Amino acid sequence: MSGALLDVRGLRTVFHFLEGAYPAVDGISFTMRSGEVLGLVGESGSGKSVAGLSLIGLIDPPGEVVEGEVLFKGRNLRTIGESALRQVRGKEIAMIFQDSLAALNPVLTVSEQMVEAIREHADVPLPAARERVIAALRQVGISSPETRIDQYPHEFSGGMRQRVAIATALLNKPDLIIADEPTTALDVTIQGQILAEMQTLARETGTALIWITHDLGVVSELADRVAVMYAGRIVEIGGIDDVLDRPCHPYTQGLLDSIPAENAPGSRLRQIDGTAPSLAARPVGCAFRLRCQRAGPLCAEREPDVTEGPSGQSWRCHHPIPQGDRP
Amino acid sequence: MTTTPAQTTPIIGLEGLSRDFQRPPVLAERLLALLGRKALPPVLRAVTDVDLAVRRGEVLGLVGESGCGKSTLGRMVSGILPPTQGRVTFDGQAVPTLTGRDKLGYVLGVQMIFQDPYASLNPRQKVGDIIAEPLRVHGMATSRREVIERVDTALAEVGLDPSYKERYPHQFSGGQRQRIGIARAFIVNPRFLVCDEPIAALDVSIQAQVINLFMDLRDKYELTYLFISHDLSVVRHIADRVAIMYLGRLVEIAPAADLFAQPAHPYTRALLAEIPSVKRRRRKFQPVRGELPSPLNPPPGCTFHPRCPFAIARCREERPVLRDIAPRRQSACHLSDQI
Ligand SMILES: Nc1ncnc2c1ncn2[C@@H]1O[C@H](COP(=O)(O)OP(=O)(O)OP(=O)(O)O)[C@@H](O)[C@H]1O
Ligand SMILES: Nc1ncnc2c1ncn2[C@@H]1O[C@H](COP(=O)(O)OP(=O)(O)OP(=O)(O)O)[C@@H](O)[C@H]1O
Ligand code: SF4
Ligand code: SF4
Ligand SMILES: [Mg+2]
Ligand SMILES: [Mg+2]
Repeated sequence: MSGALLDVRGLRTVFHFLEGAYPAVDGISFTMRSGEVLGLVGESGSGKSVAGLSLIGLIDPPGEVVEGEVLFKGRNLRTIGESALRQVRGKEIAMIFQDSLAALNPVLTVSEQMVEAIREHADVPLPAARERVIAALRQVGISSPETRIDQYPHEFSGGMRQRVAIATALLNKPDLIIADEPTTALDVTIQGQILAEMQTLARETGTALIWITHDLGVVSELADRVAVMYAGRIVEIGGIDDVLDRPCHPYTQGLLDSIPAENAPGSRLRQIDGTAPSLAARPVGCAFRLRCQRAGPLCAEREPDVTEGPSGQSWRCHHPIPQGDRP
Repeated sequence: MTTTPAQTTPIIGLEGLSRDFQRPPVLAERLLALLGRKALPPVLRAVTDVDLAVRRGEVLGLVGESGCGKSTLGRMVSGILPPTQGRVTFDGQAVPTLTGRDKLGYVLGVQMIFQDPYASLNPRQKVGDIIAEPLRVHGMATSRREVIERVDTALAEVGLDPSYKERYPHQFSGGQRQRIGIARAFIVNPRFLVCDEPIAALDVSIQAQVINLFMDLRDKYELTYLFISHDLSVVRHIADRVAIMYLGRLVEIAPAADLFAQPAHPYTRALLAEIPSVKRRRRKFQPVRGELPSPLNPPPGCTFHPRCPFAIARCREERPVLRDIAPRRQSACHLSDQI
C-alpha cells in the first residue's frame, strides 16, 4: 500500500517462558497516513504497550518479535538494522513511554537530556538547542522554563515529569509519535492542554499519532480512527464514528456500555462479566468467548478471521453485532 | 426517612483539619547540618484547614487532581494518619477523646479501601488470613469455626467463591484483589467506608463490576462512603454530594446533581469542561493557561489564581474562604456572586 506513512503487517511478538512461547501481540495489521491520529484501546495486558514497543524494535528478551513487517516510509524497520533503527527512533519516530519516570535519566538535568536528544540527530549549536528545549517545555505548559530547564527530574512533580517526556518527544518534529498512556496521571485540565498541542502538531506539521489509552472519551475527542485490542489481537478497527457509534465486536460494545456517563446516575452499570484470560491461558477459539453473550458453538471451535465492512471498519467475530443495531 | 436527632449529627465531621509532611533531609541538607548550618527540608502542607460533615447514608465524592491531598484526607478520616491540626469527630465525638466501646466503635466502624489492590494485600498471606486479620487484631473472633464462617460470608458478599480463601493474592486479577480488599474491610461490619480511588487500577471492563458492587453493598447495609476519585464521570454516577479539592483545600461542596448542572467555582468549571466524552468527536482542544503550582510553594491569595480566567488583583492577595452560596452549596471564590 503506497502513500501510507506506516504499514504494519502481521506483527507478532512472543514472550519465552520455560513452558513455551506465548504471543503478547498476535498478528496485528494496520496502516496510518501522515497527520492521522489512531487511538489504541483495550484491556490491561491485551498487548498495547508491547505492540508500541515492537514497532520500533524495543522488545528485550524474554520477548521477541517473531513475525511481520513494519513498513515506515517504505522501509521495513524490522530488517534495516540496529544503527539505522537508532537514527529513526527519537528523530522520525518518538515514543512516550507508559512509565515516564523511568524514561528520564535521574543524574542529568532536564536541559542536558533534552539538548542531547536534539544533538544526537542534528548538528545544532548548543544555544539554539537550548532555545528549542525551552520552547518545547513552554508548549506543554511548564512556566518559567528558562529556570526550570536546569533542574533535575526529581525536582519536578509526577505530572511535570510526564510533560517533560512529552516535550522531549516533540523536539525533533517526528513523523510519528507513539504515546503510551501519556496523560493518565494528569488532571483533566492539563490533559486538555497537552491534547491541544498534539492536535496542533498533527494538523500543522503532519505528525501521525498512536495514542494508547484506557480512556474511550479521550480517543473519541482526539482520534480519527481507533483500534480495539483484546488478548493480543486487534478485534476491531475503523473510523472513530463507525467504531464508537456502530461497534461490530461484542467487546467494543461492552466497553462502550459500561462507561458511567452512558448509564443514568445511580443506576447499575452494564458490565462485562468475567475477566480477561492470562497470556498462558487463552482459550481455544475466540479469546473473548467465555465473557461473550453472543458466543455460539463456532466460537469455541475456531478463531474468527478478519471481516471488512464497506466503510473500512473491520472486526474479528463470528457473530458481529449487525450494523445500526445498537441497543 | 424520619429525622431523629441522632441522624442530624454527621457520622464523620472534620474540623479545621490540616496535615503537614516534612520529607527526610537530602544529602546536601544533612551535610549542611553536620557543618552546624540550618538546612531543614521544607514543610509541605498536604491538607489545609478542611471543614466537612459527612451525613449518615450519603456517598460523598472527593475529587481533585493528583497530589492535591485526597488520600491524606482519607487516611486522617480513617485514623491511619494523625492530623497536624484540627480534629475528626465520629458520631459527634472527637476521635482522640473516645475510649472503650466508643473507641472500638470508631476503629471498626470506619474502614478504608486502598487505591492499589496490588500493593495493599500481603503477598505471603493466604486470602482467608488476610480477610480474617481485622478479627484477630481486635480479638473479635470467639472460635476458629466463627472465623471461617465470617470469612466465607464476607467472600460471598463480594461475589467471590469461599474456596478462594486458601489461595494467595498473586493468583487473582486486579478486580478480584479489589474485592478481597473490600471483603477485608467488610468483615468487621463497618458503617463508614473510605474508598480511595478503588477502581483506578482496574481494567476498563472490570471497573463497572466493582462500581456495581459498591452500590449494591451500600443499599443493602445503609453504608456511608467517602468516595475518592479523580474520575469525574465515576463520581457523578455514584455520589450524592461532591467536594472539590485544590492544593490541599476544599474549594467547592455541592449536591452532585447541582454541581454537574451548574458548577460554581472556576476550578470546578474548568474540570467539568474538560471531561472527555465518547459523544464528542474531533474536538478542538484549547490550551489552558498557567500551570500546576507546587504544594511546597503555594501561590499567595487564591491558590488557583495562576490558572483562573476570572482572576482579579484581589485574588493574588487575599485568600477566599469557603462560604455558603446557595442552600447546601459552598464555594471558595471572591467572585462567586458575579460569575
Ligand atoms: N517483559 C515481559 N516479560 C513477560 N511478559 C511480558 C513482558 N512485558 C509484557 N508482558 C506480557 O505481555 C502481555 C501484554 O502486555 P502489555 O504491557 O502490552 O499490555 P497493555 O495492553 O499495555 O496493558 P496495560 O493497559 O496494563 O498497560 C501481558 O500479558 C504481559 O504480562
Ligand atoms: N508520607 C508522605 N511524606 C511526604 N509527603 C507526602 C506523604 N504523603 C503524601 N505526601 C505529599 O502530600 C501531597 C498530597 O498527597 P496525597 O497522596 O494525599 O495526594 P492525592 O490527592 O491522593 O493524589 P493521587 O491522586 O495522586 O493519589 C503530595 O504532594 C504528596 O507528595
Ligand atoms: S467470535 Fe463469538 S465469542 Fe468471539 S466475540 Fe464474536 S460472538 Fe463473541
Ligand atoms: S478567587 Fe479569584 S482566582 Fe480564585 S477562583 Fe475565584 S476568581 Fe479565580
Ligand atoms: Mg501498557
Ligand atoms: Mg491518592
